Amino acid sequence: MLTLSCPYCGVQCDETELAAGGEAHLKRYGPESSPEEFESYLFVRENPKGVHLERWRHAHGCGKWFHAARCTMTLEVFGTYPAQTLAPPQELVEKILAKRPGWTWREFGQSDMEGAQA
Amino acid sequence: MSELATITRHAERGMITLRADLSDGTVGEAVRAATGHAIPAAGKIAGDGTKGVLWMSPDELLIMVPYDTVDAALEQIVTALSGVHHLAVNVSDARAVFTVAGDDAREVLARLCPVDLHAQSFGVGDFRRTRLAQVPAAFWQHETGFDVVCFRSVGDYAEGVLRRSAQGTPTGALG
Repeated sequence: MLTLSCPYCGVQCDETELAAGGEAHLKRYGPESSPEEFESYLFVRENPKGVHLERWRHAHGCGKWFHAARCTMTLEVFGTYPAQTLAPPQELVEKILAKRPGWTWREFGQSDMEGAQA
Repeated sequence: MSELATITRHAERGMITLRADLSDGTVGEAVRAATGHAIPAAGKIAGDGTKGVLWMSPDELLIMVPYDTVDAALEQIVTALSGVHHLAVNVSDARAVFTVAGDDAREVLARLCPVDLHAQSFGVGDFRRTRLAQVPAAFWQHETGFDVVCFRSVGDYAEGVLRRSAQGTPTGALG
């Protein structure tokens, strides 16, 4: 059973109150983009065995979209954050890296940390 | 087989849905003028089911007023919010309203909703939108039990599952 905390209403949502929205932080390529970019927007997904960033909608509640960092293998939830952002909060990334050294997800994770330290 | 709680279906409740920036002071004043209550905190109800304000989402309130005064209250809110970006609609006939009253009312709802209904977690004045068996619903606790609202189109279903859930013996697990 998966429970996520909705960052908007603070409710501990049961999985059945939520609607899954697939991968988070997809960049939408529209008109004028190259076929490769459009293909990546439509089809290319991360699908990790490990910590994944996902979109969820509190469908049986406030109705808002939010993001969650969850491990696909252990179902451990690292945190949730509002959807009005292009990247996970640094605090959350550090929390994940503390438990999963070397974790990367697209451009987030290890490279972020190295960049920050440089 | 005993009854855990009594289920009552209410004929009509006046309801107005209001969507606006709730941090805007004008919105708070308009709500107070119409209901006598301030905007409640997240997950709370201010007032009661006859005249109250329910926190539905970060930008949405459900305002309850007596059924025959809905039009006047709506007019008052729309006038007070002229010039402020908002949406206020009379949705009185959109929902069915039930009261689940009795000592074991929380057990009736705990059987249907994925909500922590222990007495230490959910108390008087708490409000929660959730899933009631297979349909969306919301409820809040008052002195004598819970009031449950769901869409009228699934009202008969909700009444059925509530009445069925009210049968049986209490577990006493919810404090």
